[in-house]
Amino acid sequence: MYSLRRFASKHSKAYEVVYKFVEPPILASLTWLNKVAGDRFDKPITWMEKHTKGALFDCQMCGNCVLSKTGMTCPMNCPKTIRNGPCGGVRANGNCEVKPEMKCVWVEAWGGASKMRNPQEIELVQFAVDRSHQGSSAWIRLAKERDKEKQDRKQAAIAEDVS
Amino acid sequence: MNKPIDNHDNEHHPYVDNPGSPLPPKEGHVSQGRFERVLRDGHFAVTSEIAPPDSVDADEVYRRAALFDGAVDAINATDGSGANCHMSSVAVCALLSHIGYSPILQISCRDKNRIAIQGDILGAAAMGVCNVLALTGDDVSSGDHPEAKPVFDLDSVSLLTTIKTMREESRFLSGRKLDLAPKVFAGSSINPFVPPIESRVLQLRKKVEAGAEFIQSQYCFDMDILKSMMKRAVDMGLTEKAFILPGVGTLASAKTAKWLRSNVPGVHIPDSIVKRLEGAEKQKAEGQKICVELMQQVKEIEGVSGVHVMAYRQEEFVTEMVDASGVLDGRKAWAPTGWVDTART
Ligand code: SF4
Repeated sequence: MYSLRRFASKHSKAYEVVYKFVEPPILASLTWLNKVAGDRFDKPITWMEKHTKGALFDCQMCGNCVLSKTGMTCPMNCPKTIRNGPCGGVRANGNCEVKPEMKCVWVEAWGGASKMRNPQEIELVQFAVDRSHQGSSAWIRLAKERDKEKQDRKQAAIAEDVS
Repeated sequence: MNKPIDNHDNEHHPYVDNPGSPLPPKEGHVSQGRFERVLRDGHFAVTSEIAPPDSVDADEVYRRAALFDGAVDAINATDGSGANCHMSSVAVCALLSHIGYSPILQISCRDKNRIAIQGDILGAAAMGVCNVLALTGDDVSSGDHPEAKPVFDLDSVSLLTTIKTMREESRFLSGRKLDLAPKVFAGSSINPFVPPIESRVLQLRKKVEAGAEFIQSQYCFDMDILKSMMKRAVDMGLTEKAFILPGVGTLASAKTAKWLRSNVPGVHIPDSIVKRLEGAEKQKAEGQKICVELMQQVKEIEGVSGVHVMAYRQEEFVTEMVDASGVLDGRKAWAPTGWVDTART
């Protein structure tokens, strides 16, 4: 929803705090769920992610979530789906070149980022979206990636102990 | 029939070696093109752009390029600018490279996905193109085919990353190896004049980090904004890493200026310029005078390496304006001397 999405960019700091707070338990339960049940719950989890993030941020389920790096503003709402915006077409009033009635997503993003604890995150180069992830859950992917990193670290530590 | 003729009679010119094919490789240079040489040699460079024709006439491309002879170091070939359909920029650049010009291939992310774009970079480099300008591009809704599907698979920053990956790592984004990497000088554009103005320099830094070695800007009619951005760019060390060429333009009349700023996204023209045009007896001449002054002012700004002149529908005045501005310090930009436009002789 447009108004909720704009609210999120405006109150990015509060959202960031909540995000930092809820992220670890969500990821931990997803990792656990994945271990005990495999991908049996992937569908309902994806459904839940789609509807919560959809309502709050107008999430488009690109599957490559960068919300925390873009001032809690989903860049997939930019008509050009730019990941390193804004483009050069922003109107003098800060509205979008393509949709004149909408605030430029990236003007909101830079505004949102400036209020966050890590305002520099938005300055990092983000490579284009991996379109093969469209429609899939970014949460599940992140949980799996984090778990894999953890396992890899463990393996490396064991290898070091042995040698 | 007009024919490009190879002519190497200008022996005393430092950039004349072997036009039509890349110059010999040089230490510290990423490309073998003349544009990069001019910049790295510390000259103030001038670039301009041609609108590719709505035609299959190659001579028309040469005719349009010849208008800039002597005044322009590199010519941008726009890629469906304003989302309007024209001859492809790859083809225009191939034609121009063939007779020794140093074209800048504009690639807009609007019409092609990463597969097509990487193919175009290879193809263009194979035909002698040495400079690429990465653009996100205007939306299809602003052009003559609003019903087309916008692609935007990449954005300008991702495109810069792509060029750098191909050139430096000699591979496609997929990881598949290239037998011979494209040695192209990479650039992108900035628009410091529209919101969020404060963040625009950070975005410039992002582009430089992603691989931009030269930057051309959108129309600059507001020197104060440019100066303050350039100051920050110099402080951040960005001008050591990339050559910055602000864009200047000619306005045919106050009416054109008003129309441009209210209809073309991203064009910022202060009221003072509009008023000056309105007060002039000959508005077109005044517009050119403003352009000349802007060039001179741009040259004075610390960290600026050149100027990009956009003279849409006034291309025939570019040489005159560059000469009048004196920004080339008496230097003559290289141009092929052999091409004869038989249609005019
Ligand atoms: S103006 Fe902003 S939201 Fe609109 S296309 Fe450009 S970057 Fe995207």
